[in-house]
Amino acid sequence: MDFSFSEDQMLLQQTVRDFLEGECTVEHVRSMWDTDTARSPEFWGKLAEIGIPGLLVSEDHGGLGMSEVDMVLVLEETGRAGTAEPVIHTACVAAQLLQESGNDAVAKEWLPKIAEGSAIVAVQHDQSPFVSDAHVADLLILNSGDAVHAVPRADVQLTEQANNDPAKRLSSVEWTPRAGTLLADGDAARALQAAAFDRGVFAAAAQLLGVCQQLSEMTVLYATQRKQFGVPIGSFQAVKHMLAEEKVQTEYGRSHVYRAAHSVANAAPSRAVDVSMAKRAMAENAVSLAKTALQVHGALGYTWEQDLHVWMRRAWSLDTAWGNTAFHRARVSAAVIDGAFPAIPFGYEVPAA
Amino acid sequence: MELDFTSDQVAFRKEARSWLEANVPSEPLESFDSKEGFDQHCEWEKKLQGGGWAMVPWPVEYGGRGADLLHWLVFEEEYYRAGAPGRVNQNGIFLLGPTIMEYGTDEQKKRFLPKMASSEEVWAQGWSEPNAGSDMANIQATAVLEGDEYVINGQKTWASRGAYAHWLFGMFRTEPDSKRHNGLTFILCPLDAPGVTVRPIDKLSGKPAFAEVFFDNARVKAENRLGPAGEGWSVAMATAGFERGLMLRSPARFQNTARKLVELYRETEAQGEFIDSRVRDEVARCWADSEAYTLNTYQTVSRLLSGGKIGAEASLNKIFWSELDIKMHELALELLGARGELLPSAPAAKGVGEWLDGYIFALAGPIYAGANEVQKNIIAERILGLPRK
Ligand SMILES: Cc1cc2nc3c(=O)[nH]c(=O)nc-3n(C[C@H](O)[C@H](O)[C@H](O)COP(=O)(O)OP(=O)(O)OC[C@H]3O[C@@H](n4cnc5c(N)ncnc54)[C@H](O)[C@@H]3O)c2cc1C
Repeated sequence: MDFSFSEDQMLLQQTVRDFLEGECTVEHVRSMWDTDTARSPEFWGKLAEIGIPGLLVSEDHGGLGMSEVDMVLVLEETGRAGTAEPVIHTACVAAQLLQESGNDAVAKEWLPKIAEGSAIVAVQHDQSPFVSDAHVADLLILNSGDAVHAVPRADVQLTEQANNDPAKRLSSVEWTPRAGTLLADGDAARALQAAAFDRGVFAAAAQLLGVCQQLSEMTVLYATQRKQFGVPIGSFQAVKHMLAEEKVQTEYGRSHVYRAAHSVANAAPSRAVDVSMAKRAMAENAVSLAKTALQVHGALGYTWEQDLHVWMRRAWSLDTAWGNTAFHRARVSAAVIDGAFPAIPFGYEVPAA
Repeated sequence: MELDFTSDQVAFRKEARSWLEANVPSEPLESFDSKEGFDQHCEWEKKLQGGGWAMVPWPVEYGGRGADLLHWLVFEEEYYRAGAPGRVNQNGIFLLGPTIMEYGTDEQKKRFLPKMASSEEVWAQGWSEPNAGSDMANIQATAVLEGDEYVINGQKTWASRGAYAHWLFGMFRTEPDSKRHNGLTFILCPLDAPGVTVRPIDKLSGKPAFAEVFFDNARVKAENRLGPAGEGWSVAMATAGFERGLMLRSPARFQNTARKLVELYRETEAQGEFIDSRVRDEVARCWADSEAYTLNTYQTVSRLLSGGKIGAEASLNKIFWSELDIKMHELALELLGARGELLPSAPAAKGVGEWLDGYIFALAGPIYAGANEVQKNIIAERILGLPRK
């Protein structure tokens, strides 16, 4: 029993943080908003150079062969930096789904491309009729009932859906399942879908943790500099207490997120409820922090020009992504109260072996 | 990250489980806030100590089991699972014990720790005074060194279990004209010393659970000073994190309450009672929050075992567990409907009265061990770095 990260894991986190502070500046993030695709192959290539898209890809396929327990700190940093690229879809969900699919040909073709940064893979799931980053995807993982397909973009019709986060592009996808694109069906497909969904939920929760960190830090900085009544507004107890209450929620949400990383990496029986607890905690915290941060920034925060809303919009869009809070609340209740699937208290009830 | 227990930890869990199953009283003891209950709880502590379970993480020579904090967490899980009695000497074993371990001389350790572990000597915490509550640095009680004795004058208040406890640990002003945190000394004082008067105070539950303690030229041996003279504040603060951040409220306590709350929900639902959907959601959330608290504590213990310390983040804990405890009891009372106001002694209560007792107790959580508003100031200034002024 050791609920902590290794030095290597923390070093990886620091490396990614330093890299993103240099390359994924808020100017970079904002500059992408007005482009056609909101995506830059050049930037994705740089992410690939430090190994992010291939982090979970096995070494055989040119990746780093790491696990979600390594990935969680990286995801946190991408949230903190406001990185909107499809790290969740491609680097987490698709990479593992293709590895778990048992379809060697598809895995062999696509995993090395994911790892080297030359392919974007978008993933559809049942909690949304839309697919994020489908417009730049080389391959789409699509569900058709109990079947999972891997479909090249040329074979689908996209309708872009304008949304509240200028860093994100959403599309409706029209396509026709064909035998040639089938990745798995029946029980195997259901297991893949469930694992992929839980992995996406976990990854969104981890990014939200970084978003919360950033919203809190920006607001503390602002409250320290902005003076009214001759003193920094951050010296007012009302302001202190609002931010302290958010911090309490962030830190306990963090514990859920780290546990969820472990549960996903180990396909724990409690995986579904663990990721839902994490997502719910972090999404609620992020949406609340967005309001608190805005309140403390005053009218300045209510402008398009101020950078605060870069993260407010990340908070909102990650809140809806991979099942919104209402969905995860219901899932946690179903597990904990109805026993619909395993909710296992940590430590407390380890069966006497 | 390794979230499985070692075979040694599993074996330890089994050993604790079987000892507790064989020894935990089948009928609940009287509340330790009454004299009868206090004595029953001291008896239970003696038995616990006899089995070697009183203070799992203490060295064997001081009455402990010489295990690490992870074993302590496992023990706590089993302790709550078994429904074992509350710890009557919690101020001693969880708060003073670690301080003596860090600051005590060898003589003091030998003198005080074993009797603390067996609850032969039960301790009261004497920090608060009428004018020193949240503002603890405003302590006014004095201790003047005369020869090899301190002569103590002044008043302490709100000392939990002070009505029946044997000893009190407190901070006293030993340097005349000293201000605030300076000039305070940590002193251990027997409550039967001449010049000490204990006056019980009934708390919200109606039981004499606290006491005021008056010192009128009470004499205490100078050897009962803990840590350096004049540095009582740092001595007390060195382990305050342990109180708020770890030992006072172990996660198993809340996991156990959450489990009972879920059971109560299921029973209420099975009886066909109307339950609004908010309650369903909130019950599940409490279960999740008790998990978060547990996970967070395992993180803290993992950090401590690799040489880390508990700092200001103890304030996060204090807020989280105290709010969670209230929320769980409020939900239980809501589920109980008209039975929610029954005392445990009511014939129709059939066990549900414990929720009301628990609620009344939980309400104190945001006040003691440092009011939650003060914890928020600490979080804002020391964790977030917001300006003091
Ligand atoms: C059940 C129980 C058991 C206790 N046991 C012990 C014990 O064994 N030994 C012991 O020494 N003491 C004990 N106490 C006392 C406890 O430590 C004090 O109650 C606590 O420190 C608060 O002090 P106070 O009650 O004087 O409240 P005050 O200091 O008067 O504060 C009242 C309220 O004012 C607000 N407030 C105060 N200061 C600030 C601030 N700086 N910023 C914002 N808001 C503020 C808070 O809301 C606070 O709750 C116990 C209390 C209770 C309820």
